[in-house]
Amino acid sequence: MELVSQHVKGIMEECKVRARDAGLRFDDETLEYIVTNRDMIELSPKIMIPTLYDYWVHDVRVLSGKGMYEAYPSNPYETVINTRPAISYYNDNNPDWLNVMIFYHVLGHIDFFQNNLFYKNTWDVDLTGQALADKRLIAKFRSEKGRVVDYVIEFSRGIDNLVGYYRQINHIISKETQQKVNRPDFYFDVFLQRIKGVSHNTYLKEISRYNDCKRTKDDFFAPVIGKYPEFEELFRKEKASKNLRNLDVMEYIIQHSPFLRMDENKWMKTVIQIIRNTAMYFQPQIRTKIMNEGWASYWHEYLFMRDDRICGHESDFAKVNAGVTAMPKVGLNPYALGMRLFQHIEEMEDKGCYSFDYFCQKDEIKKQKYNSLKKSGARYIFKVREDLNDFTFINKYIDQEFLTKHQLFVSGKRFNQDRMSWEYYIKSKKAEDYKRMIIDTLYHPPEIRVEPDKSVKGVLYLNHLFEEKPLKQDFIENTMVGIEYLWGGPIHLETSEPAPESKPASSYTNFWDPATPTPKIPEPQKIKWKRMRYVLENRKLHKREL
Amino acid sequence: MITLDELLEKDRQREEDGFKRKIRIGQIVKPGAGGKGKIIVVPTTVEEKFVHDEIDLDQEQGEGEPTGGTGPGEEGDIIGEQPVRPEEGEGEGDGSGEGPGEGQGGEHEFEANAYELGKVLSQDFQLPNLKDKGKKRTLARYVYDLTDKNKGVGQFLDKKATLKKIVQTNIMLGRVPDISNIDTTQFLISPQDLIYRIFSREKDFESQALVFFLRDYSGSMGGKVTQTVVSQHVMLYSWLMYQYEKQVETRFILHDTDAKEVSDFYKYYSYKVAGGTKVFAAFKLVNDIVERENLARDYNIYVFHGTDGDDWDKEGTQTIAEIKKMMSYVARIGITIVEHSYVGGKQTEVEKYLKSSGILNEHKELIKLDIMGEDVDDSRIIQGIKRLIS
Repeated sequence: MELVSQHVKGIMEECKVRARDAGLRFDDETLEYIVTNRDMIELSPKIMIPTLYDYWVHDVRVLSGKGMYEAYPSNPYETVINTRPAISYYNDNNPDWLNVMIFYHVLGHIDFFQNNLFYKNTWDVDLTGQALADKRLIAKFRSEKGRVVDYVIEFSRGIDNLVGYYRQINHIISKETQQKVNRPDFYFDVFLQRIKGVSHNTYLKEISRYNDCKRTKDDFFAPVIGKYPEFEELFRKEKASKNLRNLDVMEYIIQHSPFLRMDENKWMKTVIQIIRNTAMYFQPQIRTKIMNEGWASYWHEYLFMRDDRICGHESDFAKVNAGVTAMPKVGLNPYALGMRLFQHIEEMEDKGCYSFDYFCQKDEIKKQKYNSLKKSGARYIFKVREDLNDFTFINKYIDQEFLTKHQLFVSGKRFNQDRMSWEYYIKSKKAEDYKRMIIDTLYHPPEIRVEPDKSVKGVLYLNHLFEEKPLKQDFIENTMVGIEYLWGGPIHLETSEPAPESKPASSYTNFWDPATPTPKIPEPQKIKWKRMRYVLENRKLHKREL
Repeated sequence: MITLDELLEKDRQREEDGFKRKIRIGQIVKPGAGGKGKIIVVPTTVEEKFVHDEIDLDQEQGEGEPTGGTGPGEEGDIIGEQPVRPEEGEGEGDGSGEGPGEGQGGEHEFEANAYELGKVLSQDFQLPNLKDKGKKRTLARYVYDLTDKNKGVGQFLDKKATLKKIVQTNIMLGRVPDISNIDTTQFLISPQDLIYRIFSREKDFESQALVFFLRDYSGSMGGKVTQTVVSQHVMLYSWLMYQYEKQVETRFILHDTDAKEVSDFYKYYSYKVAGGTKVFAAFKLVNDIVERENLARDYNIYVFHGTDGDDWDKEGTQTIAEIKKMMSYVARIGITIVEHSYVGGKQTEVEKYLKSSGILNEHKELIKLDIMGEDVDDSRIIQGIKRLIS
């Protein structure tokens, strides 16, 4: 691993100037390294962070990565990591024109990292430095405590997808003290209505008294406490429980685990915290893949075509670019999809199509010809890259116009028994279906929270919120074993499972076998769900229906 | 960098600490040129977390996962088709002409990798060593290759070596006064300077074990069942590889209602499932091949069969007949039934008829049966191997 040559760095700096002129915004400092494919294989299990802590799963990944490379050699063009300064890795011996293209792509990524609001939690952290400190700390623990450290890492990683990312990002962005319950809100919304159940009349009287007090600066709560002596106590409790409910599973365990509270185990909290922070750091990246790649591809194409340094390499560029951004006949390419969607948004906004006026147009021809010459597309997509993530991006901007323009469809695959073949067919050309199909591919960890009220007598009670998706059964036991270790007591998990009658017991049908009667094609029936509770105690798992 | 051995050692410690093992032996199949696949053995592991299951509950029977697409056409149009099984030119049907040792087939492509895994399995997982490897004749094979060098005469002039020799001779003779300005026209060339390559007889290998791997690839074999069977077969192969000092030959047979031999492990591993099930077809094909190629004389023959236990021939009369025929020459038959989780406590057809036929007791030393669920981990698979080869 070494820095790029001065000549190549010169190309990069030139690219930065042009990218800035086009409106991209990023820090001056960047680091570019030349790496071999072998380096890449060794880095990728560490999410490309060279200073990430050591862990045996990484070693397993490296070994299998090497095997994979032997069977299917690949040659990635670049990888960028979201650090300060941003670090990017390249292959040796790229020709200059290719470097120009790759650098523009990389600058697109860096711009995205440093401007998209979902990354705000990563802006003030020097990740490589932090990771190095963590790595040393873990190495120190390992020399003191032995392989227990690896169990703590393993079990923490088992729940590191349950971090409260949105709550944290919301907190950072609003910075306000929204999280706190304030006294008047509690009094009016909860205490009067839910706890006391006062009459409508009393409620309104209290409101006008509150408004009067505001004017006269009298203490509104003095008579309240006189009338309801229990108010303060209830309010204090509510505050405490709200804070509890806001903790994600990892935080809850760190703060409340009886096991970790013991003196000899306190160091484990640090390890869990490291795992949690690392996971949190990568949350935005997982949630903005389509946008991030699309944005970078949009800009490498845009900037490259206007760069005079590449004269004579237009066709070389076309070939590489097509390889990266072509839409496959069947399948999905996030680079291509994201790029086209950004271009589409720009065009629609240029014509003023995101308007009530356009929305009211019912005539297809008029719709196609609609153009209010708004010309604000270029500015608009910068705003999009700042405020959205993959879900909102896809959900808001994939429309029928987009599908029609690019001839997109949802493709299905079905088995043709007569021809013994898989048939690929056009399943739907509707924007809604396409959108649903993409959204189903996005990262979406289950929403699992600790129920503080039910976590009594040493039990940790986890509640999986129902989203019409079951948990992967094979993983439940080991994950819970890990949590039990960190918690030091029984773990309960409440979740939903599809009820057996609609469960595809039919995934096994003997329709190959004429000897058994052919099962009728099951009519599409609504899935019935039942609520289950898994209980893990002393590494033994039971499950019962609720 | 940590080695596979160290990783497995660590993994064994987990058991002492009361946790399940986490490292599995995975295989990456490299499709090779000319239909020669190659297996690369790597460790794999899964980091278990609470994640959503990706099964699509609304999905209809026989329907694959939907994805994106681009291009012209209307809803419902068929845009492409992919055969469930790729057509194979060679090896189809009877597989004639593929005598042992003739095709440098898939078996040698496993190479050192599998040998290493076999070593790991034998040592780390305490798989037994074979006590008696059989008294079959060992075969020495020879290949002829242009590797020996000869001065003066031969089949093939080695120009580079010859030139080197000429320069040496001329330096000795003092005909190269200025090393930076060589005048080749002044060179003297002796007939002894001409270096030729000649054919040499090279002992290639001695072959002792011949393994038939039989896999059910009928419609019911989808998903984990196949993975489990293939995993076990890779490990079996590796173990034999180690036991027989790399002198193992393999033949691969797939069957649904018909059986066919495929030329390499890649095809054996990757062919997708479809069709009905007749187990006897596979055993019959083995018997035919052994008879036709007269293999019983020269080899210790192992037959391993993996299935989910489903068979149209519910009585198993044909299958039992073929197995009995096999008893005359095999060193071991190992049948693995990987049960689908929905089978529950019921016996599968293959299990039923094998047990009721009494063949398992009659020929205790020659045929073994192992039954496991589809969700088993590596240690169970390895245990299964122990059972099959005990």
